Amino acid sequence: MILLEYIVAISALIASGLLVYGLKRMSSPVTAVSGIVTAGWGMLFVTAASFLGIFSVSEAAKPHLVVNVILAILALVIGGGWAGWKGRSVAMTAMPQMVALFNGMGGGAAAAVSVIALTGPKETGIVPLLVTVAGGLIGSMSLSGSIIAWAKLDGRMNKPIRFGGQRIVNAAVFMLTVLLGIMAAFLYHQDGGGIATLLFFIGALLAGICMTIPIGGADMPVVISLYNAFTGLAVGLEGYVMADPALMIAGMVVGSAGTLLTVMMAKGMNRSIANVLFSNFGEASASTATGPEKEAKSVAPSDAATTMRYASSVIIVPGYGLAVAQAQGKLYDFVKQLQAAGVDVKFAIHPVAGRMPGHMNVLLAEAGVPYDMIYDMEDINDSFADTDVALIIGANDVVNPSARTDKSSPIYGMPILNADQARQVFVIKRGMGMGYSAVQNPLFFQDNCAMVFGDAQAVLSKMVEAVKALGAS
Amino acid sequence: MITAMTFIIALYIFMLAAFTGYEVISRVPSILHTPLMSGSNFVHGIVVVGALTALFNASSVLEQVVGFLGVMMGAGNVVGGYVVTDRMLAMFKPSDKAAPQKGAQK
Repeated sequence: MILLEYIVAISALIASGLLVYGLKRMSSPVTAVSGIVTAGWGMLFVTAASFLGIFSVSEAAKPHLVVNVILAILALVIGGGWAGWKGRSVAMTAMPQMVALFNGMGGGAAAAVSVIALTGPKETGIVPLLVTVAGGLIGSMSLSGSIIAWAKLDGRMNKPIRFGGQRIVNAAVFMLTVLLGIMAAFLYHQDGGGIATLLFFIGALLAGICMTIPIGGADMPVVISLYNAFTGLAVGLEGYVMADPALMIAGMVVGSAGTLLTVMMAKGMNRSIANVLFSNFGEASASTATGPEKEAKSVAPSDAATTMRYASSVIIVPGYGLAVAQAQGKLYDFVKQLQAAGVDVKFAIHPVAGRMPGHMNVLLAEAGVPYDMIYDMEDINDSFADTDVALIIGANDVVNPSARTDKSSPIYGMPILNADQARQVFVIKRGMGMGYSAVQNPLFFQDNCAMVFGDAQAVLSKMVEAVKALGAS
Repeated sequence: MITAMTFIIALYIFMLAAFTGYEVISRVPSILHTPLMSGSNFVHGIVVVGALTALFNASSVLEQVVGFLGVMMGAGNVVGGYVVTDRMLAMFKPSDKAAPQKGAQK
């Protein structure tokens, strides 16, 4: 080992330490901001150090070195520049799909490393080749699966795609891909190896697509988190092939941390991961969606606002509809008016409000809502019964009482906010459409519930005006 | 040449890293789930280093093309992951003082 290689290796060691330490700091709200900076320095350090590798390239690559380095810099600038611009400019509500997209790119990069290891001239032996295949399979699935997840969250692909015998088809695609991968590893640098490798990667990308298309939008956060763990695992495996311990450690840490995160998220929705991946959520709802035969009541925004102005306590349940309407700021204006009138206002956040756990907290924080007004489900659920008004904005499934009472409902058992127990419930909603799970919500037909139809932004503007008109007595 | 011994050592590294990841994430409040997913998304962006090494050692057009794509996607993962995580976590800044106090009252 020459001195240069020691420098590269030690840099990678320090960097992986910084990355893991940064991730640890990110897991507490107090140190989270410094955590990403710590990890960022680690990443910058290891990327810069990897450029020292140009002094120790293989004999075969030496004539191409100048071109390769130019290509590398170009790729870094294009990829990094695009992602940086996209990440800065995208709206806070669109964050989940951006995470999906960036995660998919990581999976793609791991797959690219796998392609080179399977086709390149570097002899490694059968065990590393099989590990390469495993990493390539997982990375490719993460790439194509994440792109589908992005398309679904971005509204480019609305309906889950399901057909008869889908599970059998998926299993067949997956098995065939694994078989092709094993062939590609054993036929390394032999006749048919190239074809097997090509077919293997096509199959792996197809497997990722097949796995993701039947999953409904409500489950996407769990799926993205799972693909995040997938990419971590793929990176770890490719790190072994590249004989790079930093990749192995960072990849495997993310692989296990991501798996745990996925389990915790699924638990928040009262589902198991197998349930998310293999059960067709919402399929049964077609038969149960008949609902009560009653008409839902509706009231004007000003009437609802007046009721809240003279209530003594109001709990607000924000959902994704609020975020879509970009009405967080308007909502906080209204809340400040109520507070000025002496109303006790709280926010109740369901663990999966928004599109991901914690997403709604981020959106409310962006609007300037102080943290001590925001309550988690466990802390506030018993308070609804003593509350005058529950104001539900753009949320549906998370306040659906069927989850408590109706055993035949597909969402039965999901923990919900007991907004239906408040003395009066107002629901701001665009129409009588169903939530992401496509289950009818009996709350809307309860006697103590009134609908305020309209776009959240417009309705809240009218409410603000109505309260202003009442004066500050 | 990767020997059997390095394979075993690799398994030990994987095992210990998996425990580390588990420990780092367990007992996290749910409000941090999204930022953490994004943060761990950033961390696996280290794959760009593997892609860079592969591209530096490329000796055919196929390797150059695939390596270029790999570095591009890896760089996107790193930069995008960082920017998105940073923006999410910035939301927690003003509450740094308020949040612990609220917890203490309960």
